[in-house]
Amino acid sequence: MTARAFPQKITPAPHAFLLSSWHILGLIAPVALIAAQAFGVLLSPPDRDMGHLQKIMYVHVPAAWNAFIAFFIVFVASVRYLWTKDEHHDLLAAAAAEAGAVLTALTLMLGSIWGRPTWGVWWTWDARLTSTAVLLMIFASYHALRAFTEDPERRARWSAAVGIFGALNVPIVYMSVRWWRTIHQVQSSPSTVDPAYAWGLRLNAIAVLLLLIYFVAKRYEIARIERLVEVHRDEAALRSEVAHA
Amino acid sequence: MSVPTATSAPVRPATSPPASGAAVSLRGITRRFGHKWALRGIELDVALGDLVVIQGHNGGGKSTLLRVIATAVHPTAGTGHVFGLDLRRDAAAIRESAALLGSNNGLYEDLSARENLQFAARMLGVADARTAIAAALEHVGLTSESDERVRFYSSGMQRRLALARLMLREPRLLLLDEPFNALDADGAELVNALIASTRGRGGAVLIVLHDDARLTQRPTASYTMTQGRLT
Amino acid sequence: MSAMAAWSRVRAIAAKDLVAERRAKANVVAVTAFGALTLLVFGFAVGPDTATLRATAAGILWLAVLFSGVLVFHRSYQLELEGGALETLLLYPGERWEIFAGKLLANLCVILLVEVVVIPLSLVLYSVAVPDTWPALLSVVLFGTIGFVTLGTFYAAMASRSRSRDVLLPLLLFPMLVPVLLAASEGSAALLVGDPMGDAGTWLRLLVVFDVIFVLASLFVFEHIIEA
Repeated sequence: MTARAFPQKITPAPHAFLLSSWHILGLIAPVALIAAQAFGVLLSPPDRDMGHLQKIMYVHVPAAWNAFIAFFIVFVASVRYLWTKDEHHDLLAAAAAEAGAVLTALTLMLGSIWGRPTWGVWWTWDARLTSTAVLLMIFASYHALRAFTEDPERRARWSAAVGIFGALNVPIVYMSVRWWRTIHQVQSSPSTVDPAYAWGLRLNAIAVLLLLIYFVAKRYEIARIERLVEVHRDEAALRSEVAHA
Repeated sequence: MSVPTATSAPVRPATSPPASGAAVSLRGITRRFGHKWALRGIELDVALGDLVVIQGHNGGGKSTLLRVIATAVHPTAGTGHVFGLDLRRDAAAIRESAALLGSNNGLYEDLSARENLQFAARMLGVADARTAIAAALEHVGLTSESDERVRFYSSGMQRRLALARLMLREPRLLLLDEPFNALDADGAELVNALIASTRGRGGAVLIVLHDDARLTQRPTASYTMTQGRLT
Repeated sequence: MSAMAAWSRVRAIAAKDLVAERRAKANVVAVTAFGALTLLVFGFAVGPDTATLRATAAGILWLAVLFSGVLVFHRSYQLELEGGALETLLLYPGERWEIFAGKLLANLCVILLVEVVVIPLSLVLYSVAVPDTWPALLSVVLFGTIGFVTLGTFYAAMASRSRSRDVLLPLLLFPMLVPVLLAASEGSAALLVGDPMGDAGTWLRLLVVFDVIFVLASLFVFEHIIEA
């Protein structure tokens, strides 16, 4: 019966070709993003009401979608960690949480920038924006907890709990904010998805997704190497003690 | 990039299965907290009726070892069995028969002695709680102060209350971490009596000590613990 | 483990927490005082106009409950950390969720006790009349409180044993409480004026769903966070 050691055997990438495939993604993703953005900015028509400003949606909406995808990764990795206690899942969750936090912040900033000329205000309490703000706070608390917890095992377990609970709450937050807006009969935000934009949004969403995968994979690799270094350092300290004992 | 795969502390392969009649059987037990390795590859066998003493300086990992056996803390690596039950899989079952007296007393200071024992009795599912509590209090000599808050007890009295809690049931494995701390001669006698009665029932006792001057029985085995290793 | 034994242990833990809380009387009184203070201070911030006060009463009431309630959850674990009692607690027979359930019940009693003072006080300070729909209002208060206390008890198990515990608990807890805050204040606000639009039912349902989800999730996940 093998004991589930902590730290586990932090393996190098299982297949060499996978490792190099991440590098390829590092080339493909930015190219895809530039192409998709070019398509959106240059080839699609300006919006009837908003003009070219609407094209900020080509970054804002894909960023939002992918932020939620990142959170979904955090959720799945957290559940798998608690199920298997395999440290690798914790490292993946943390990597996805970092990328997700960046995307969420980006979504909010772009939403705000778009909102100023559109509605005259820097912030509006509409359902999506508000839910995204709450999501950002959940990510922030996730990272704060990790920063304040030294012991790797405790950090992994606690982060997993926070990640799972946060993910469970996201749909509930969205629904409650939406009802809140409906009840107060506030003007709902103008539609951000003009049918003419659908293709541009999809292309950009995929490009950002590729970028997300690349960043998460890279961050995960770095986390694994950091852990490997830690483990080896402790091993060396242990061995030197044995030698001197 | 080829790097050697990381393993935990050097582990001897588990060649010997847990001996029958063994109270405790540990193979390669390792525990780390962050960067610190508290236990490194512990191998230990304790048979029923044994009294095992573990000595050593502070920070050596003695308390951690007891806590791992009690299933308060799970090991980072290695395997262990208590009464044939696996430390990881059957932890709940082990807790039914093992009892730990930690270096902390684990008391609720705003509750009285009696209330502390009542809580323990309810948690342990002790059958005739009232009698058991009265007997335990009597045994440790705290009957008259039993309704005062533990906050006002001396450290010796608190220690005796912790002992009383151990007496509420009859554990088959007694794990004592510096039990003589803060106790006077009478208190020390209580500890020795507890050890004797546990062994008399066929149980085993594992005791961590600074110095064994106050132990009245001869240990079956004595070990020293240094930096997580047992010698 | 039989259900009877489990329930006995849950009750034992809840009783122990409540007795300890009662002995340290100062705590509940101080928390209630802080709740009252919050109401007062928010009143100053909002201004003396009666109409404004009435309109914001429900929201401010729940903020007062949240801010003062957060102070209660740490005590629950402080109790265990003081004398090293947590380790002893983890060595008794039984499952870990029983510890959570016991602490949840105890915290619920304490917070409800605080609300018994703070809620009527808010009606007074904010010039709100007791509505005919007060029974429905009580259920909103109950289910909102359950949601709050469930997550508070859960997150405090981690935050209380961390560095920067005072900032970590609100940081972890408040984003999670957004649905509770919305549903409870909106539901309360509607009911305080007799619920003309019939909105309160929706909010109450949301609270119940939230409570069920997170009580179950907490019971399941608690063992992973308490042992570490």
